[in-house]
Amino acid sequence: MTNKVLLGSVSAAIFAVAAAGIGLADIRTGASLVINGEIPIVTETEPPEFLQDVFPEIYSGWVFRTDETRAMEEDDFDNPGMLYVEQGIEAFNTVMGTEGNSCASCHDAPESLANVRPTYPQWDEAHGEVQTVEMQIIECQTERMGAEPYGYDSQQMRNMASLIASVGRGQPVNVAIDGPAAETWEAGREIYYTQFGQLEMSCADCHERNYGNLIRADHLSQGQINGFPTYRLKNANVNSVHNRFRGCIRDTRGETFAVGSPEFIALELYVASRGNGLSVEGPSVRN
Amino acid sequence: MKRQMLLAAGIALAATSAQADVIAPDDVVMNEYGEIAESLTGQPGDPARGLEILVSRSEGNCIACHQATALEEYPWHGEVGPSFDGVGARWDEAALRGIIVNADNMFPDSVMPSFYRVSGYTRPGNAFTGNAPEGPLDPLLSAQDVEDVVAFLMTLTEY
Ligand code: HEC
Ligand code: HEC
Repeated sequence: MTNKVLLGSVSAAIFAVAAAGIGLADIRTGASLVINGEIPIVTETEPPEFLQDVFPEIYSGWVFRTDETRAMEEDDFDNPGMLYVEQGIEAFNTVMGTEGNSCASCHDAPESLANVRPTYPQWDEAHGEVQTVEMQIIECQTERMGAEPYGYDSQQMRNMASLIASVGRGQPVNVAIDGPAAETWEAGREIYYTQFGQLEMSCADCHERNYGNLIRADHLSQGQINGFPTYRLKNANVNSVHNRFRGCIRDTRGETFAVGSPEFIALELYVASRGNGLSVEGPSVRN
Repeated sequence: MKRQMLLAAGIALAATSAQADVIAPDDVVMNEYGEIAESLTGQPGDPARGLEILVSRSEGNCIACHQATALEEYPWHGEVGPSFDGVGARWDEAALRGIIVNADNMFPDSVMPSFYRVSGYTRPGNAFTGNAPEGPLDPLLSAQDVEDVVAFLMTLTEY
């Protein structure tokens, strides 16, 4: 093939790629979500500063779902995720461990933890590491309650994490990425842009370069985690952030990282920060 | 009778030489444009089989990312890659073979997977288990699969 012919075909290809573009027309923006008629949820807003050259706007996964799925979040009676919140409340008030404490012994009511979900993962000075909500729960159980800790991705943990998200609903995600958390954040960013697996796909390949587009029958979102834990219609349960990360890396024909691993903690911090400004929305409903 | 035997012998011979002529993934030679002039098997591709590979979720799964009017009866078409309509008019055989073998050569940093490559991956897994591979990787498609897919794409000359 001569150079000229090659150039011709390359520009044809570029044209075709541009025409495929990002399926922005498919994103039904502008609708608003108000939970129980009283908690307004920001589902689209200006991106955090470090993403301003990447996205014109950041969107909750809610924006990409069908009307039926969206509607389930409007009322707690229609949101099956709230059943797990109920179980979380029961556990919150139950004494566990040798010290005779329940969560309520120290935290009064779950509502006192409303600021947790919006600001985690966050740097933990005492332990010298970035901590997720799950790690904090385990810390309370082992260091303050003398209790057997929940498994990182166990049903009990997901119930408790759902409770803690639910009381933070409506608050803007606002995780710190500077100071002592900066190194972990960098590590998370590195993972986000790494093409994993035999399909060689990064988080960004799907959720930054192709949000709004269909991949097979799935409508790709920006892969935000403001809605976690998510109640998924697919498995009829609440799902953790790390479980979702595992699923996405598995889908690249990749070897995933473990739930609770340093890699996923770093990735969680980074991905959470990409949603700074969206509202906490968990437990949200997704397919 | 004699002719029949000769034919049979001829077919057997073709089969053995086809095996011997298959170019292994690590031995594929591309030119500076990422094109591969030579067939990976020395055998012509079968467009009908190529279509099957393209639409099958467990084989090429190409339509997960690409739309094609000629394949409209097969669900579900994605929007991640460009439409296949006219792809056989835009590219010649060597270029198409190059794209399918290793899309990164034609499109740097491509979202598209490389279908005839077994090395150079970050944390490859054992298919879709999420676990580490148990041995050397197989390419996503066989050499003849690639030829069949190229043969089918060459038929898509209409926009
Ligand atoms: C092969 C394509 C692909 C890759 C690569 C990928 N994802 Fe996803 N991801 C999906 C699909 C499909 C969904 C479901 C639809 C949606 O919400 O986007 C999804 C959903 C998600 C969600 C749920 C969003 C919500 O609102 O419920 C998160 C979070 C997510 N991905 C994060 C990631 C991260 C982090 C990575 C990299 C480790 C990643 N994804 C890599 C395809 C991918
Ligand atoms: C995960 C997504 C994905 C899959 C799966 C995929 N492709 Fe692609 N393909 C792309 C993208 C994206 C491009 C555009 C180039 C780029 O940006 O990397 C592309 C470009 C192409 C082109 C050049 C198209 C043109 O019009 O210029 C051909 C040909 C092609 N792909 C064939 C295939 C075949 C055949 C398969 C399956 C064996 C396949 N693709 C599977 C994403 C994919």
